[in-house]
Amino acid sequence: MTAATHTTPALPFGGIRPGRIVAWTLLFIGGLIMVTPLAFMFSTSLKTAGQVYDLRLIPLAPTLNNYMVILADGRFMRWFLNSMIVAVTVTVSNVFFDSLVGYTLAKFEFRGRYFIFLAILSTLMIPTEMLVIPWYLMSSKLGWIDSYWGIMFPGMMTAFGTFLMKQFFEGVPNDFLEAARVDGLNEFQIWWKVAMPLVTPALSALAIFTFLGNWTAFFWPLIVTTSKELYTLPVGLSSFAVEQSIQWEMIMTGAALATIPTLLVFLLLQRYIVRGVMLAGLKG
Amino acid sequence: MATTVDLGGAAPSRSLWHRLPMRTKRLVWVWSFLALPIVFYTVIRFYPTVDAFWLSLTNWDLLKPPKFIGLANYQKMFADAQFWKVFRNTFAYLIVGTPVSLLLSFVIAYYLDRVRVMHGLIRALYFLPFLTTAAAMAWVWRWFYQPAPIGVINNFLGTLGIPQQPFIRSVDQALPSIMVTAIWAGLGFQIIIFMAGLRAIPSTYYEAARIDGLGEWAILRKITLPLLKPTTVFLVVFSSIGFLRIFDQVYNMTTNDPGGPLGSTKPLVLLIYQTAFNSYAMGYAAAQTVVLFTILLFVSLLQLWILREKK
Repeated sequence: MTAATHTTPALPFGGIRPGRIVAWTLLFIGGLIMVTPLAFMFSTSLKTAGQVYDLRLIPLAPTLNNYMVILADGRFMRWFLNSMIVAVTVTVSNVFFDSLVGYTLAKFEFRGRYFIFLAILSTLMIPTEMLVIPWYLMSSKLGWIDSYWGIMFPGMMTAFGTFLMKQFFEGVPNDFLEAARVDGLNEFQIWWKVAMPLVTPALSALAIFTFLGNWTAFFWPLIVTTSKELYTLPVGLSSFAVEQSIQWEMIMTGAALATIPTLLVFLLLQRYIVRGVMLAGLKG
Repeated sequence: MATTVDLGGAAPSRSLWHRLPMRTKRLVWVWSFLALPIVFYTVIRFYPTVDAFWLSLTNWDLLKPPKFIGLANYQKMFADAQFWKVFRNTFAYLIVGTPVSLLLSFVIAYYLDRVRVMHGLIRALYFLPFLTTAAAMAWVWRWFYQPAPIGVINNFLGTLGIPQQPFIRSVDQALPSIMVTAIWAGLGFQIIIFMAGLRAIPSTYYEAARIDGLGEWAILRKITLPLLKPTTVFLVVFSSIGFLRIFDQVYNMTTNDPGGPLGSTKPLVLLIYQTAFNSYAMGYAAAQTVVLFTILLFVSLLQLWILREKK
């Protein structure tokens, strides 16, 4: 199944029929309901403590004061930075290693290729939750608790990414690689300079998924971090919210800060993201 | 294939590397590409997997070194009423959450696929929640579920004259309330995947069906749904695994009594977390992870079996 067969069903919807209008209206209302929690989150983050009970969506006197308070606190900036460092590093690592391994498995003939492919694929069956206890043991023995490496190491390579990239590299014509070989490029250069540029849609899908997954990750960072300095944003937000207990405007501001980066990325890259999800879904 | 390209145009060199045959050189490249990944998968994936099985047979508690106790952890677990309650909760998330989210996302995708007016905007509205952080949105939903002067939903119900609901404060409503947030978060992804599946169906099939005089309902039943089966199976498995592993929402929406009220929302992963990192019963927690692994393995194998059967 290739994602290229992108044909719209040629159904006769030219004329405007009442059924169409009803369906459109219902879809639109449904869409509005979907973003209601986000709308209220942003709206409340712009309200003062006194206005929280006033549930109008557009605040009477919007203020950025909550954001100022939270950012002045310093902890949020730190958590934000931690999450950024972790998500970016893991994404770079996955884009590099998953595609290197995917390429090797797709484009080289060697003994043990199938075995290695199956071995990597089999790790898809093992849930993270089963590995956290051994990982925790490993981390505490090696002093990785409360370190960036401790948060990052489990995700540095993934079977999903490797499988995705292998599928795409299989579509790269061998002639291109042979031509580069004749030109005297070594195998690493062929992969990096010739093959990689040909699979950029897959690379962007992989990058987006990895970044999103690590930005929102909660379970393992919660386990491996004990000092507040090293919390990632979701873990920090959770502890912050418990501490604030009923100051909903502050909690909403924190939640908004965790949400803004991914929404911004989406607004900038909407086309690639939707296509990336479709690609990954069809190939995966 | 290309092994005939010998030393190529490279300047003659006496170094060992240049005297190697092409095939050997390639093998050196292959294994140097794979060296670090092999170490990674061995140390970070396979060894911990084996270790988890081993730990499940020990009484390790972080203080004393692990001691082999056979299947005692499993015996204890299967005799534990709390474990079975958690087991039931986990399947409640799955059995209700998966069909509801799949039905909703299919209906939305089916109609959204035909929408031309503001297609991109409507699709974005449905997709946005997928990009949020579950831990953050859990707090937004938690606020939504609060009693009247605070909570958005109870305020709304109030204006409609509907009685106030306890939501996450009630033993009966808490689990469905949390499930709604999980369905909400995952819906956008499922819609996009369904739409991709719908678009992969060649339009000639529809045209032929129209010529044969099939109505819309018949086309849906006889063409769309059967051809969409791989997509549907993928989403059933993907969504099931998601619900079986639910944690972020439950943890954040019930922080004052994790998995409460009275354990009515506690899923398996939260039990594992508490057993391991609150009670430090690592061996017992490892046994619980083995159960989770077995369930997930069963679901994945079921997918392979269903897809194979029809091919």
